[in-house]
Amino acid sequence: MPRRSRAFAFQLAFTVLVSAFLIVPVGMSITAGLTANYFQGVKSGLTLRWVGEVWRLYRETIFLSMTIAGTCLALDLALGVPAAYVLVRRQSRLTRLFEEALVLPVAIPGLATALALILTYGVYREFRTSWVFILVGHVLFTLPFMVRSVLAVLSSIDLRTLEESARSLGASFIQRFVGVVLPNCRGGILAGALMVVTLSIGEFNMTWMLHTPLTRTLPVGLADSYASMRLEIGSAYTIVFFVMIIPLLVAMQLLARPRQHAAAEEPES
Amino acid sequence: MEGRDRPYLVLFVLPALVFFAAFFLLPMARLVAVGGSGPGGAAATYAAIIATPRYFRSLVSSLVLSLLVTGATLLIAGIAGLFLQRHRFPGRSLLVAMLTFPLAFPGVVVGFMVIMLAGRQGVIGELFALGTGQKVVFAYSMAGLFVGYLYFSIPRVILTIMAAAEKLDASLEEAARSLGARPWHVVRDVLIPALRPAIFSSGAICFATSMGAFGTAFTLATEIEVLPMTIYTEFTLRANIAVAAALSIVLGVITWAGLALARTAAGSTVVASA
Repeated sequence: MPRRSRAFAFQLAFTVLVSAFLIVPVGMSITAGLTANYFQGVKSGLTLRWVGEVWRLYRETIFLSMTIAGTCLALDLALGVPAAYVLVRRQSRLTRLFEEALVLPVAIPGLATALALILTYGVYREFRTSWVFILVGHVLFTLPFMVRSVLAVLSSIDLRTLEESARSLGASFIQRFVGVVLPNCRGGILAGALMVVTLSIGEFNMTWMLHTPLTRTLPVGLADSYASMRLEIGSAYTIVFFVMIIPLLVAMQLLARPRQHAAAEEPES
Repeated sequence: MEGRDRPYLVLFVLPALVFFAAFFLLPMARLVAVGGSGPGGAAATYAAIIATPRYFRSLVSSLVLSLLVTGATLLIAGIAGLFLQRHRFPGRSLLVAMLTFPLAFPGVVVGFMVIMLAGRQGVIGELFALGTGQKVVFAYSMAGLFVGYLYFSIPRVILTIMAAAEKLDASLEEAARSLGARPWHVVRDVLIPALRPAIFSSGAICFATSMGAFGTAFTLATEIEVLPMTIYTEFTLRANIAVAAALSIVLGVITWAGLALARTAAGSTVVASA
């Protein structure tokens, strides 16, 4: 028994150390962003001055990131949900191939995709210099997450029987899709939506290549502040980023929990 | 039912198909074409990647770094993930929350976290200074990059390991132990084989993410020669577009092949969520 508890203590200490490695720098940057002078330490006083400075210098990047994430979500819903439905309904070699291909923008580094987009569409100045250019990259990168999330839910329910009964009652294709399919994959759509927005807000690898000085997103602004502003401003800006993603992460956790239980209770579905 | 629905189904998949063809397939074809458009054609451009020490070195250091990060992450996340899945104690969910919080951080933020840890004002340096009187700063080097890649890899792998460990059959382990197997043998002969699919899939995602990671290196230092930084420098600073395209293709093929290989080895579907 003492052997066992020693192993427990060792593993607990190890796990605590790993989480400290991940969380200590987060705590430090939050402190730095609220401290009047980080080099002198917290004793120099707490202040919101740096957060205000971030608001003055970078507020456009926050709005642009929100606009892009929202539009990206709308496009992913419009393109991804119907596509996922078709992929469940018609399982042929062709649809499987499409499903595989859709994941490629995630498997291939964003830098490569961005370069390919610039080489192909960079000559269209209007398009290249607008935020829609960044949006295209974000949709490519996030669409597979929406499709997979909806696909997972649709494959776990008996869609055929549901649709068959709706059809025998005289429901048309559109009525069936809106009245039967969509309500049944609500959970998948919500999970996918949270994922898409979180990924879009944090996307940097692609966005850095696609942005212009007039179309800067939040992570692009962060990179700029880390390189050219004092540490306190970079830290305060990072706090703004944390504040934006924490609600999304919490919602994702809450959503995942009851679904896990439901899956454990219904092994046959 | 299938027959009558067919036109609708085509209409439903068409927008996604058109978008994907226009903004991914076409640009990728263009990338391949540009990669082969250097002086001397495709063969010369790709040969230059091997023959030019700067390109080749950055390719090799990216590969070595990503493999090291993958190995270290699997070890660390394996121990912590199994521990968290097996024991219930007060504060456990807080630990899980802390370990998965950085999941949504972009590479630039991860780079900044490394600066907080190991930069000029970093906590590691301060701790060392207390002990030895000498300040250690390694954020802006390959070691800093290693720490950063570890930072964004651990949360991803821990989640996969925990999910896989949840489905493990505890009686197998119990049987091995009651037959006199030593703890290390239980790990080697029971746990690792049972977790094989999760190890391969999360390892491949970790490797692919590390190969393609750009933000972290970008924040820490522009002189670190890893493949994404080299591509960026060639494209923006040297305007060497053919080489940048060819290097991107090499990078894309490596990450894609890594994920595909892991999927075959794991014997189950791997969702690439890098």
